[in-house]
Amino acid sequence: MRRFAALFAALDGTTKTGAKTAALADYFRAAPEPDRVWTVALLTGRRPKRAVNSTELRLWAAEVAGIPDWLFEESYTVVGDLAETIALLLPPPATTADLTLDHAIRGLIALTGQPAEARKAAVLTAWAQLPATERFLYNKLLTGGFRMGVAQGLLTRALAQATGVEEATLAHRLMGNWDPARITFPALIAGDEGGDARPYPFALASQLEDGPQPLGPPQDWLAEWKWDGIRGQLIARPGAFALWSRGEELITDRFPDLAPLADFLPPGTVIDGEVLAWDAAAQRPHPFAQLQKRIGRKTVPKTLLAEAPARILAYDLLEDAGQDIRDQPLAHRRARLTQILAALPPGLPLAASPALAFPTWDALAETRATARAEGAEGVMLKRAASPYFQGRKRGDWWKWKLDPWTVDAVMLYAQAGHGRRANLYTDFTFGVRDGNEIVPFTKAYSGLTDAEFNEITRWVQKNTLERFGPVRKVPAELVFEIGFEGIQASPRHKSGIALRFPRMLRWRRDKGVDEIDTIDSLRALLTAAP
Amino acid sequence: MATPVLTFTDRGIYCPAGDFHIDPWRPVPRALITHGHSDHARWGMGAYLATDQALPVIRKRLGQITAEGIAYGETRRIGGAGVSFHPAGHVPGSAQIKVTVGGESWVVSGDYKTEPDGLAEGFQPVPCHAFISECTFGLPIFRWEPQPQVMQRILDWWQANAAAGKTSILGAYSFGKAQRLMAGLGVHGPILTHGAVEEMTQTLRDQGYALPPTIRVTPDVTAKTHPGALAIAPPSALGSAWSARLGPVEEAFVSGWMAVRGIRRRRALGTGFVLSDHADWQGLNDAIRATGASRVFVTHGYTAPFRHWLDSQGYDAGIVETQFGDEAEAESPPDPPLAE
Ligand SMILES: [Zn+2]
Ligand SMILES: [Zn+2]
Repeated sequence: MRRFAALFAALDGTTKTGAKTAALADYFRAAPEPDRVWTVALLTGRRPKRAVNSTELRLWAAEVAGIPDWLFEESYTVVGDLAETIALLLPPPATTADLTLDHAIRGLIALTGQPAEARKAAVLTAWAQLPATERFLYNKLLTGGFRMGVAQGLLTRALAQATGVEEATLAHRLMGNWDPARITFPALIAGDEGGDARPYPFALASQLEDGPQPLGPPQDWLAEWKWDGIRGQLIARPGAFALWSRGEELITDRFPDLAPLADFLPPGTVIDGEVLAWDAAAQRPHPFAQLQKRIGRKTVPKTLLAEAPARILAYDLLEDAGQDIRDQPLAHRRARLTQILAALPPGLPLAASPALAFPTWDALAETRATARAEGAEGVMLKRAASPYFQGRKRGDWWKWKLDPWTVDAVMLYAQAGHGRRANLYTDFTFGVRDGNEIVPFTKAYSGLTDAEFNEITRWVQKNTLERFGPVRKVPAELVFEIGFEGIQASPRHKSGIALRFPRMLRWRRDKGVDEIDTIDSLRALLTAAP
Repeated sequence: MATPVLTFTDRGIYCPAGDFHIDPWRPVPRALITHGHSDHARWGMGAYLATDQALPVIRKRLGQITAEGIAYGETRRIGGAGVSFHPAGHVPGSAQIKVTVGGESWVVSGDYKTEPDGLAEGFQPVPCHAFISECTFGLPIFRWEPQPQVMQRILDWWQANAAAGKTSILGAYSFGKAQRLMAGLGVHGPILTHGAVEEMTQTLRDQGYALPPTIRVTPDVTAKTHPGALAIAPPSALGSAWSARLGPVEEAFVSGWMAVRGIRRRRALGTGFVLSDHADWQGLNDAIRATGASRVFVTHGYTAPFRHWLDSQGYDAGIVETQFGDEAEAESPPDPPLAE
């Protein structure tokens, strides 16, 4: 793992993409081939299943380090990462052995299902031999939490440099259902495995900040609702039917109600669309929370299938009769999509996401303002002539979201962040006024600058009223503007409401606690929400 | 009950028998100072007492002050108290201060480090009844590698940068850490310094500390005149116009905090070297045991868990709130970087 650790250190040690690409390309030229496959797997989110649960790891590590459990937990709170905490707490290795990444991962895979003593013995042996960085990475693999900040585009660029295969070809080959434990590096690069269910890389839109005026004439653009569901790619090829999420996760089995589509779509059809929980009576999507109930489950109970049936609203057609048509203009792809959908029998859970007509940008702005009533988050703008590109390319596709709802609230509790923000207070609980009391109603942890988090951290340290483990209660003094995308009644919360995507928009130093909003003003929004 | 040897007030640690304070943070008539870092040696005291070795830096920092020097190990009477200063191994001139009243001895550690660094006077355990210990790094996640290994890592990094045609810049506190680095690395080539570092270095050099020659960065010192050089600057100079002048550069921060990846990443500096002027977990435990003290007060760092730990080890342990560790030059958790 020494070479892999050196790669990790090189990637971790720079923010420059050029240096990252070079380090990766070097690695893909020189590392043992099985290690290269595992590295591609890890960088594309194909992590081995966790072999050991974190409770066991904590116990074993505290035992080896010779410290009580509470001291382990204090250390973990400061470090913010279990794998790193353990790597730091263990005594340095007496002897070091260099096992390959392939060897290490296969060893971990073999551990699943073994009795606890066998797993413990294997983990302790590895710990006793690995130097600091390798030990940290080994722990990351153990806990199934391996993440290395490498964008997909960067990975394919590095692989292209190392192998001479074109980037776009590689990007497609890396997607889908290949198994790192079985495939060889040459087979992976040549695209020999993965089968017909492989999706295309998703095209992503950029945020439109200043309105559409600078985009030029409205007739060059197509507009549609920006739905708040799961972006997905539906594959219907001979012998293969699959639904992929944007995170490249195969989610076909979560949506059995979509299965009939396999029988009706023409062979060789690939559709990009939004998976939604559909309210048939109202002819619009249910709020995201309904869909969320289904995401977490491997098998979906009948009641939920009836209550929140899935439906795909299709945005785009990527493959037509087995032909990759991503290079053709969007207007043409949409026209073909419409033809295909029109030929389907009625009653299937698939329809085109309607195109929004707009003679002028002002007209579109008016339409956009009604998005919430339609169950949408805003509108999408796509250049009619645009190809289906890979990843995020500024210029052709824009999302123009509604401004978030906002509320002024006061901080009540603070908790230290994790990872990069270890030992900075970044996770806050906020309250609004309810009569003479202040009731907690949401948590938020992003949206401020590092300098602001640093200042707040010092304030929290000086003003702590009480400590509950890693959480500190603070005086209700600091006021923040909280933005959110949606709101729902929630009997599980003391406040009776739950926000969607809450985040801090601003620290309102100009406001005091007497100026915060009330719970009643939030409840009033419940009726406005879909 | 008799008055304790030392009490804890809102001005700092106070000795009623001798009517003096140790490292006070508000003006008092008479202050005993452990070392020259700005969270310990503050402006505005009526009279200062510090080791002969610490005084030049303190004078340089505070300007015109009424101050007296004392030799390591020498005992003086102040009122009803006997006081003596003993090496703390933290930075040149740093001391632990022992105060004895009526046969009972208390020791204030100031900041300390148990590993010899080849520059600061080496730490000596001082037997006492009560020990007031810093615990900046009082968690078992902090375990320092021996200094020679860290120096070798820095040297490898420097040489790799030089081979790539880059200047290496180390961010390090200008008094203590900076000189420790140059003492460890100076034999491998000339070292460039930021003005703030050079002033402290010259003060220590004038005292006779063995420091290698250094070159202060002036407008005519550039990457062209000194290719592949190593420069030492205060952490605030990293990523600034000052370092851009020496470009292309690679920068690294040298601090005990660099042991934690999250903190390293927050600095937006890829590279961090773990080298501290404070004791690590083992060092703190060893130092406390070596005093033979049964009462321990902890300050400056992870006080709550460290006190809990000492309790579980059979000590009568307490926490003292101080304002040490607040100043930029002390080794407190580094501020976030200039940019993400
Ligand atoms: Zn200090
Ligand atoms: Zn200090």
